[in-house]
Amino acid sequence: MNLDSKKFRELLESIQLVYGYDFTDYAEASITRRVTHFMSVRKIESLDELARIVLKDEKIFEELVQEISVTVTEVFRDPSFYKSLRENVTKRLATYPFIKIWIAGCATGEEVYSIAILFKEEELLNRSIIYATDINQKSLQIAKEGVYSIDNMKNYTSNYQKTGGKKSFSEYYKAKYNSVLFDKSLKQNIVFSPHNLAVDKSFNEFQLIICRNVLIYFNQQLQNKAIHLFYESLCPFGFLGLGSKESLLFSDKKKQFEEVDRKEKIFIKST
Amino acid sequence: MDPGKKYEAIVVGTSAGGLYALSNILTELPAEYPLPIMVVQHRSKDKKELLEDILQHKCKIKIKQADEKEKIEKGCVYIAPPDYHLLIETDLTFSLSSDQYVSYSRPSIDVLFESAAAAYKDTLIGIILTGANNDGAAGISAIKQYNGLTIAQSPEEALFPFMPNAAIATKMVTHIWTLSEIQNFLLALDKNGKT
Repeated sequence: MNLDSKKFRELLESIQLVYGYDFTDYAEASITRRVTHFMSVRKIESLDELARIVLKDEKIFEELVQEISVTVTEVFRDPSFYKSLRENVTKRLATYPFIKIWIAGCATGEEVYSIAILFKEEELLNRSIIYATDINQKSLQIAKEGVYSIDNMKNYTSNYQKTGGKKSFSEYYKAKYNSVLFDKSLKQNIVFSPHNLAVDKSFNEFQLIICRNVLIYFNQQLQNKAIHLFYESLCPFGFLGLGSKESLLFSDKKKQFEEVDRKEKIFIKST
Repeated sequence: MDPGKKYEAIVVGTSAGGLYALSNILTELPAEYPLPIMVVQHRSKDKKELLEDILQHKCKIKIKQADEKEKIEKGCVYIAPPDYHLLIETDLTFSLSSDQYVSYSRPSIDVLFESAAAAYKDTLIGIILTGANNDGAAGISAIKQYNGLTIAQSPEEALFPFMPNAAIATKMVTHIWTLSEIQNFLLALDKNGKT
């Protein structure tokens, strides 16, 4: 199915007007791909038909948001990133009496629990608060529950070990039937909340912001806007962690950050 | 094939056995080759750039891993990074995505080909080489629907014929060629990308 790009843009603008969700600055090729997939699964034949359904029925719109927001994630995804956090960032964060962390675009929460585990092992969790936000309400619900399929645990355990974790990973969860539930002690200092990087403002000041594999779905303009938001939300010498293929290259704020780990895309706000 | 038709980009997809096939068709291309070439080779998740290094060792044309939002330039072979889908935007820059696997693969050939077809329309050449699954078949169809040129490696020659066969089964493949025929065709495109 080939979507007419002018009509597609009109649909995104109508969605913005009706629901306040702004997808107009998402990278076009991937959002087009996901909307096309949504249409083919639901046997919706044209953009006009999609517009009629989505603009009328908020429930269908929410389902479209779920399709558009990519939720693929894992516990300790890219272990080398977490290893670098352990080695290069947590020691410096330890000098703060109280640590505020924002995980923006947390999807179903796997990386939130990863951070909680890491901070617990570095004995920082009890004086940290983790704000985990996402645009997708359904994902946030899953994240809050912290229940995941047991099938992935072998992979997650191996990821954990690669971050330099010394404990037995199974100490952090309880297995029941085909699911695992992360330990309550990890959840105590996590606040899950909806936040939309395209339209919402800064809501606190943080020592660490993590936003991985979210910016790749934005065009350059929206990427830049998000980087500005992170810059404004970081304390002086606060840390920013991005996804392995993301960079500050296209942001006009790039000179106000320094690289802590070039390969793992960890930056520090320098001015 | 339309004689004199102008092409602007080439996409190549391959899986098992791909390194040998890719080396074969890319090795003789000059450093100032008139088109950009985008490649999906199914690869493991590890972060190393071994594939790029090996190919660069054998080729005159520049080989690099495609970067997020990078502008596509001619005379360069861009390889999709491990564990990300590679897409082409209509402003001819790259986007990456860590969306679900497509045909059990990330990067997926279909994802690159379908987005490239929408961006380059009838000026795109799509090539499917050896491989052991059917990723790329939907992509070949998309390229053909935009009147691009579609090529599959001859299954008799391919180390793993499943992937070219799946592409051919769509009936959307214009040419079934050996690696040396594909190489000759690529070398024959003139400095304006014309056949």
